[in-house]
Order: sequence, then structure tokens, then C-alpha cells
Amino acid sequence: MKSTRDAYGECLVEYGKDERVIVIDADTSTSTRTNMFAKKYPNRFFNVGCAEQNLIATAAGFAYGGKIAIASAFAVFATARTWEQIRSFVAHDNLNVKIVVTHSALTNAPDGESHQSLEDIAMLRVIPNMTVIVPADAEETKQAIGAAIKHKGPCYVRLNRAGSPVIFDSSYEFKLGKGAVVKDGDEVTIIAAGNMVSKALEAAEILANEISVRVINLSTIKPIDEEIVIKAARETGAIVTAEEHSIIGGLGSAVAEITSTNIPTPIEFIGVKDKFGQTGVTTEELYEIYGLTASAIVEATRRVLLRKKR
Amino acid sequence: MLSNERLKELMEKAYRIRRHVLEMTTSAGTGHPGGSLSCADILVALYFHTMQHDPKNPNWPDRDRFILSKGHACPALYATLAEAGYFPIEELEDLRKLGSRLQGHPDLNRRLPGIENSSGSLGHGLAIANGIALSGKLDKRDYRVYVLLGDGECQEGLIWEAAMFAAHYKIDNLTAIVDRNSLQIDGPTEKVMSLEPLADKWRAFGWNVMEIDGHDINFIVNAFEETKCVKGRPSIIIAYLIKGRGVSFMEWMREYHGKTLSPEDLNRALADLETWYKSELVKSEVGKC
Repeated sequence: MKSTRDAYGECLVEYGKDERVIVIDADTSTSTRTNMFAKKYPNRFFNVGCAEQNLIATAAGFAYGGKIAIASAFAVFATARTWEQIRSFVAHDNLNVKIVVTHSALTNAPDGESHQSLEDIAMLRVIPNMTVIVPADAEETKQAIGAAIKHKGPCYVRLNRAGSPVIFDSSYEFKLGKGAVVKDGDEVTIIAAGNMVSKALEAAEILANEISVRVINLSTIKPIDEEIVIKAARETGAIVTAEEHSIIGGLGSAVAEITSTNIPTPIEFIGVKDKFGQTGVTTEELYEIYGLTASAIVEATRRVLLRKKR
Repeated sequence: MLSNERLKELMEKAYRIRRHVLEMTTSAGTGHPGGSLSCADILVALYFHTMQHDPKNPNWPDRDRFILSKGHACPALYATLAEAGYFPIEELEDLRKLGSRLQGHPDLNRRLPGIENSSGSLGHGLAIANGIALSGKLDKRDYRVYVLLGDGECQEGLIWEAAMFAAHYKIDNLTAIVDRNSLQIDGPTEKVMSLEPLADKWRAFGWNVMEIDGHDINFIVNAFEETKCVKGRPSIIIAYLIKGRGVSFMEWMREYHGKTLSPEDLNRALADLETWYKSELVKSEVGKC
């Protein structure tokens, strides 16, 4: 297990060698791990204090000034509170601002609903020019941050508080805008992002003796890899999407937008069903309550196969 | 102190910009003449005297930057940029027309030369100016950043977040100007949501604060010169201005915040503006005696 925020803090020190990179945080640098960058490059680190609108608007200013501005805070505050700054400046003017958030969704179990972003992907995905990335583990985080820094334009990268199972080693190659088949199969496809990728792999393992399951890690939710989705729909004929987010407007919706117009396919959605979060001691126990488990994915897989056969 | 000749040149520019504002907003049929007329003298002082910039090379890395936070005053900015030579004056007729580079509020994507950022949503310019000013410091460039705020938009929380930030990071290559015309859409600022004591608020936030008659171009350019010398803290000029300045029946009238003149009223306004301009020229001569 390794938290994606830890991977972020470490790789940021490396990427910070590029002098165009500045990092800005909103009194969360210890938690987001941007404190590691702050220690190494104090003159290129800025703290706005408890002021998220200012976080994003100032980051926009740095980008207008020619910098690659990386803005970090907790997911819920860096998006819900700042949506207009993101929309009207960062995205509208296609600025080189990378919004890298931590403590997303239920990975921030103990803090409860006020701190659990279950709507952020929907809010960011709807904005033109915005790239939305949800890495599945520490290795993918490291590479995704690098790709976001290289990409010219705004990016949103969604990271975790709690540790995530390690899926990839350094042989993995993250490509912005591309999904990856992490397990091949031909009867049904599970398309997942973030922590749900390891849950999807578990589900595929449980079903191994009865169903041939393809698992796709669709870490770039926008721009979405249409090709891999259409191919999965054509070759397997049934899809389950799995995300740690509301089922409204997130990864599942993005997949359905593609299949419905290209190749109508039965889909089952695993995600939080139009509810707020709550405090839990562990993320896993919240996953149980909200149905974000391998067994929930297994059941959804069986359901979608029944619909496929009809 | 400007020479009398120089002052007259600048006053003429401001007169021309005010004419453009009236003509282009009437031609468009919508827009914000009141707050465009109020800030015309400030823009003239910046673009024709204070700022280092090159209309033939709008992306010159060392240029001083101007950020219009009160984006609805863009008719004045467009007119100023055209007068400065950033694009042809005839293009001002395109304001708010379909496909125009002169969008209803400034739009960076339309690539109108001289526009530094999109604006229109209030309260954002100061934070953006902070980021640009700090970028300049990191790059060891000595450009300055000027940002024009509306007084009404000082009711936005983000202005004060950015105010704290600028003082904390000692952003002394930044000068903010508040267009203190005291009127917002729903009425006088002090009736809608009190801003006073505005200067004290900025002082309390750690800023170097100056208060001037913002229609006196001499005062404006002197204030800008002074703020260049202030080290270790940001500067703000509270410019007391008159909404609708230059047209007697538009002055102090809140309805001209977002209402344009009919073609008949435009003719009346242009005649009125000319009379006012001529009397201002005479007054400037008297002031010299």
C-alpha cells in the first residue's frame, strides 16, 4: 500500500527542478505533501492560507506570468469552493495550472461528509479545456503528474489520503488521454479509475473461473479514450463502470456518453448513489456501506451479463 | 508635474476615449458606459504616460501589465488600446457583435492585442495581478503590474484574500487602483453594502494607500510615480471618480452603469462632452497661472 499523495510529494521535488514550476497551497501543505517541495524550493512555494478561491485565482496569475502553477488542497475545497475561478480563468484562458488535490472522496474517511468530494469529477469534467486524471496507484500518480506538467493547459489530478494498493511498477507507461487494459477478457469489461481499479481486478479474480472479464484502467477521464471504450463495447458487449464518486456525472456517465451514441451497450454503474459521505474509521468500511467493493462489482458484472443476453 | 502641452495631449486622449465609449456602446445597444467614462483618465495616464509597453509588440516580456478587474469597463479599455495603436480604431464598431474580438467582456481567446486576461467575473483581478507580479520577481524582470478594481467589486471576499496575500508576500511591483465612483448597479455603494472606511481597510491590510482625485491626470501620474518608489509592500490608489464623467446628464446616475444611450441621446451627449472638454482645457490653463 502507498498513498498517492505520498507519491505526489516525492515526485514534485523531482519535477521541481524545472524552474518554471511553482507550487501554491492553501494551508494544507503538510497533508497534501507539497511541504516537501516547499522545503526544497522555498522561493517557488506560496501558501495562501485558508483561502481556496485565492489559491486558484493566484495560480491563474502565475500561469499568465508564464509559470507552470501547481495548486494543491483537499479535493472538496479546491473544487467546490473554487469552481468559478477554475471555469472562468484557469479553463477559459487555457492556463498552465495543474490542480492536484488530495483527500478525495471516501479516502478521507474520518473527516466525514464535509471533507469527502463525491462530485468533483462531474464538476471539473463539464468545463471545456479541462483534463481530468484519477491515478490508480502511486506509480501512476508519479507519471501522471509528470504528464500533467508537460501538458500545455489546465489539468485536474485527484489523489487520495489513505494508502492505495500497488498495481503498477516502473514498467507501466501512463499516457495522457489513454486508457490501459490491465487484464484482458472478452465477455464483459469493467472500466474503473482510482482505487476502484484494484477492486475491479479483485472482482475479475473472483469471477475468473466463470466469466472472462476485461479490466480497463481509465485514469484520464477527460479527454476520454473513446477508442478503448468503443472497442470494449464491441468486443465484450457489456460494461460495468466503477468509480469512487457519485454515479451522476463521473466516469460512468462519461463512458455512457460514448457508448450511447456509438455502440449502445448495457452498463451497470458502481459508484455512490446520489448520497453524501459520512465518517468512517477506515475507507474500506465506507466502501462497504456505499457498495464500492469487489463483491458489489461481481454482482454488477453478473447483472450486466443477464442484460447482455436478453 | 506634466507640462501644459503634455497634459493637453493626455486630456485630448481621454476626450477621444470617452467619445468612443459613447459611440460604441450606443452602436452595440448594450454595455456599460457609466463605469467606462469614470476610469478613462486612469487608463490614459497608464497607457500614454506611466506604463512601459509596445503596441507593436504586445507580448514583449518586459512590458508593464494592466489587468482590468472590473471587466465591464472594457469599452474604455478597448478604446484606449485602439488609440494606443494595438488595433485599428474602426474595429471599435464591432463591440458586442457576433464573432467580434471585442466581446461583451474581455476574452483572451479572441486574441485582441493588448488584452492580458479574460475578465467579467468580479473580484478576480487582484489575485491574478499578484500571481503575475510574483512571476516577474521570480524571473528577475522589473515590469510592474497595474490592476483596476471597481469599488463595488471590493465587496467580493476574494479581493480581501488577495489583499492579505499581496501584503504578506510584499508584492511591491504591484499598483492597484480602485475606481471609487460610489455607485453600483443597485444604488450607492454605501446603501447597498458599505465599503467605508475603505482606505483604512486597505491600510489595515498592510497596503500603502493613496487617495486622489482620479480625474486629475497630474494627480494620477504623480501617484503612479510615487507608488514605484514604495518598497516592501503593495500600493493602492483610491481614485475618487464620477460615474458617467464628462456627460452632465450621465454623471452620478446609476442607471448608466449598464444602460446605453439612444442614438438621439448620443448626439446630445457628444455635444455635452465637447463643451465639458473645452471647459476642462480652459480650467487647466487657469490652473497654470
